[in-house]
Amino acid sequence: MPDLTDATTATGTAVPDAATAATVPAGQREKTRSLAGDAWRDLSRKPMFYISGLLILFLIVIAIWPSVIASGNPLACDLAKSQMGPTGGHPFGFDTQGCDVYTRTVYGARDSVAVGILTTLGATLLGSLLGGLAGFFGGFWDSLISMVSNIFFGIPILLGGVVFLSVVKGGSVGTVTLFMVLLGWPQIARIARGAVITAKQQDYVQAARALGAGNTRMLLRHILPNALAPIIVVATIALGTYISLEATLSFLGVGLKPPAVSWGIDISQASNQIRNAPHMLLWPAGALSVTVLAFIMLGDAVRDALDPKLR
Amino acid sequence: MGRYVIRRLLQMVPVFIGTTFLIFVMVYALGDPVAAMFGDRAPDPATAAQIRHDLYLDHPLPVQYLHYMGQIFTGNFGKAATGQPVTELMGQAFPVTLRLTLVAFAIEAVVGIGLGLLAGLRRGRFADSSVLAFTLLVVAIPTFVTGYLLQYFVGLKWGLANPAVGDGAPLGDLILPGIVLAGVSLAYVARLTRTSVAENSRADYLRTAVAKGLPRRRVVTVHLLRNSLIPVVTFLGTDIGGLMAGAVVTERIFNIHGVGYQLYQGILRQNPPTVVGFVTILVLIFLAANLLVDLLYAVLDPRIRYA
Amino acid sequence: MTVIDETAAAPGAAQTTPLLEVRDLHVEFHTRDGVAKAVNGVNYSVNAGETLAVLGESGSGKSVTAQAIMGILDMPPGRIPKGEILFQGQDMLAMSGEQRRRIRGRKIAMIFQDALSSLNPVLSVGYQLGEMFRVHQGLSRKAAKAKAIELMDRVRIPAAAERVNDYPHQFSGGMRQRIMIAMALALEPELIIADEPTTALDVTVQAQVMDLLAELQREYNMGLILITHDLGVVADVADKIAVMYAGRIVETAPVHEIYSAPAHPYTKGLLQSIPRLDRKGQELYAIKGLPPNLLHVPSGCAFNPRCPMAQDICRTEVPVLHPAGPGRGSACHFWKETLGE
Repeated sequence: MPDLTDATTATGTAVPDAATAATVPAGQREKTRSLAGDAWRDLSRKPMFYISGLLILFLIVIAIWPSVIASGNPLACDLAKSQMGPTGGHPFGFDTQGCDVYTRTVYGARDSVAVGILTTLGATLLGSLLGGLAGFFGGFWDSLISMVSNIFFGIPILLGGVVFLSVVKGGSVGTVTLFMVLLGWPQIARIARGAVITAKQQDYVQAARALGAGNTRMLLRHILPNALAPIIVVATIALGTYISLEATLSFLGVGLKPPAVSWGIDISQASNQIRNAPHMLLWPAGALSVTVLAFIMLGDAVRDALDPKLR
Repeated sequence: MGRYVIRRLLQMVPVFIGTTFLIFVMVYALGDPVAAMFGDRAPDPATAAQIRHDLYLDHPLPVQYLHYMGQIFTGNFGKAATGQPVTELMGQAFPVTLRLTLVAFAIEAVVGIGLGLLAGLRRGRFADSSVLAFTLLVVAIPTFVTGYLLQYFVGLKWGLANPAVGDGAPLGDLILPGIVLAGVSLAYVARLTRTSVAENSRADYLRTAVAKGLPRRRVVTVHLLRNSLIPVVTFLGTDIGGLMAGAVVTERIFNIHGVGYQLYQGILRQNPPTVVGFVTILVLIFLAANLLVDLLYAVLDPRIRYA
Repeated sequence: MTVIDETAAAPGAAQTTPLLEVRDLHVEFHTRDGVAKAVNGVNYSVNAGETLAVLGESGSGKSVTAQAIMGILDMPPGRIPKGEILFQGQDMLAMSGEQRRRIRGRKIAMIFQDALSSLNPVLSVGYQLGEMFRVHQGLSRKAAKAKAIELMDRVRIPAAAERVNDYPHQFSGGMRQRIMIAMALALEPELIIADEPTTALDVTVQAQVMDLLAELQREYNMGLILITHDLGVVADVADKIAVMYAGRIVETAPVHEIYSAPAHPYTKGLLQSIPRLDRKGQELYAIKGLPPNLLHVPSGCAFNPRCPMAQDICRTEVPVLHPAGPGRGSACHFWKETLGE
């Protein structure tokens, strides 16, 4: 037997250790599945995904065609009906100006959803572009972009919003969106940068580089698909918080301004009358909360599907 | 460790300059402070020019900025719309907001970490789902909505707390606003703690701790919590700025005369010294908090300290 | 040297109680895809001063058995439907959680494979070592630290007194594994379970760490269960071997007999797949096929799809562990043929 002992101590040989066989969840290697396919399978099993998805679909429909469910005019108000409770044809009652609360609540979806979606698009594009460049090229560009995003991070978004929007005196969807993109992109950039750096260090990406793949090919084929998942997750959740932020800014009187119809404005006006006419506050506040909840729930479901590790 | 601190301090400098400059530009360059002073009346051109000169507004922007920062570092923040020095307003406002922020911070940290730990340790069970649903609701309902609802129900209808905060902002009156202010952050802390605890409870070193025969309490507090809190502490620190900014909303709901209130007045009355002054101090606090977090981070995680 | 004897459990045959005895242990995991039977009726025993090597591939159930002994299985999803684990004659599976905790670390200690991830990254090694004394013996912080330094000296970590406040990431792999060993030895336990203690280390360091472990075992007269897939490690230090496959022990034998005359085709395959100097130039033998999926273990002998000797009976009947000589057992229908070849 000495020869075997010699041989083994000399080479430290191991039993052919089939590391592929996991102790428990074997049978998951049966077919290769893509991340997107896997995520979709996971999502399609979640009731939360369907509930939030349907809600969002509904919101988008009434944001585009509010007249489908509300025949009145949100700006047609009758002071004689100020703060009246629900009556026939006006299930939510009237606000201080005598406007129909139901109609205003329905019409309020448009600007909220528009600001939310536009801001998300803008911030995601700008953020992933800058963050991606910083992560991919590193060096000087990384330092520069990181510093700029740190500066923007130094200003709490609500504070910056109050200062900026009060100076610009805009009050339109465009200005509010512009500002929110301006302060929102660093969050996405940070995620994108991290994701790109992680993807870049993956062995197979290194291998692709060693095989002579060019920058464009590297970015499009290898890095982008890997960085996409975390960005989508953060963006979906951010959409909800952007809508919430818009309402907060409008509430403070620096966001959207009348004659724009916004939940934030209506809540702000109702807040002084909470003792006399709580219904004025309740409906727009409820609509706003449900909207934000829908987007955050969707974001949650997407995150669970794309990043099983966090479950 | 010393080098780490110095490096962090140096990194803070450009961020401080950049942030304050950004605010400065927003207020002074995009707005017209002189026109704002006169309200709707058109100012006399000679007087306006004189004021511009006095305020350094006839110089290029960077010079204006340097002048302003020089003034700030000598303690001169200018005058508010009422003619009071801005520093005087700060002396009144900051203690109030600081107290409110501390109350909120304590609620956020204690309740948030507690809930997160509970959920993380009972992953997938009822307690976990309840905490998740609760945090989802809290995040989704905007602060000003919860603020008014709590004020209406707890303060007005049930009379459990003072719906408005009295003079001098006594601590008892600040609990309800503190809960409102802490709300969203609390939810984030709970979720972050939950994720972190869930991840770490699967770590090898935790298995070692159990194999060492340590009592469960010790395994959780010394080994699990210590590691899990590292990302949570980071969030808590960076959130101090967020809380102080969120005070703008909370202070308005509960009629608290703190930083948010003064800032809001400054904006309504278009008084740049008030706005820039308060925001500059807030940014400084924010950056200081971040530095503190970094140091704490290094204390908590030796891998950072020796990196 | 004591040898494993399947009849030892039978009444009348028991002379002295073994330090640890595992009887008919079953462990299963409930997963989304079904019940994975990780351990299916394992029997083994270890005496004081004895080294039992448990050999097998990933998924053979060797680590799960160890975790069940240690009481650190994740339950759920893990479950122990059947079996006994007798430590000094007492069934640990019947004990309360608190009773088991008092045994862990003090009487039975464990050494894990990857010392870097198994040591807490944010606590100094001195703290982690001293914790044993503080918790189990109620020592003060200061006294515990002195003990920690003593332990580090014991496992020959240079400049122990200076390094006691260092963190795990500041040590080399070999030094870290020494710290793991020190931690296991801290309270001079009667049994140590070492789960692949050298797998994560460089070959040169492997031998040093293994020698240290063997030396300390002799010194304290501890029982040692050495879980490994490395036949080289086994030959030097083990007294007896248990080879596991698909949650069962397929062969047990005193260490040198198994090398000279394996009584199970799987063991034989393992031995043949080791490169040997005298077979230089020849193609290396490999056991064909893949380890079994624990959710769908083949019927009959779990090894039959990969076995060169498989007959019809192997596909229908689960072989029992046949006595195959003094202290030997083989769970093969054709153990005689395997031995005789």
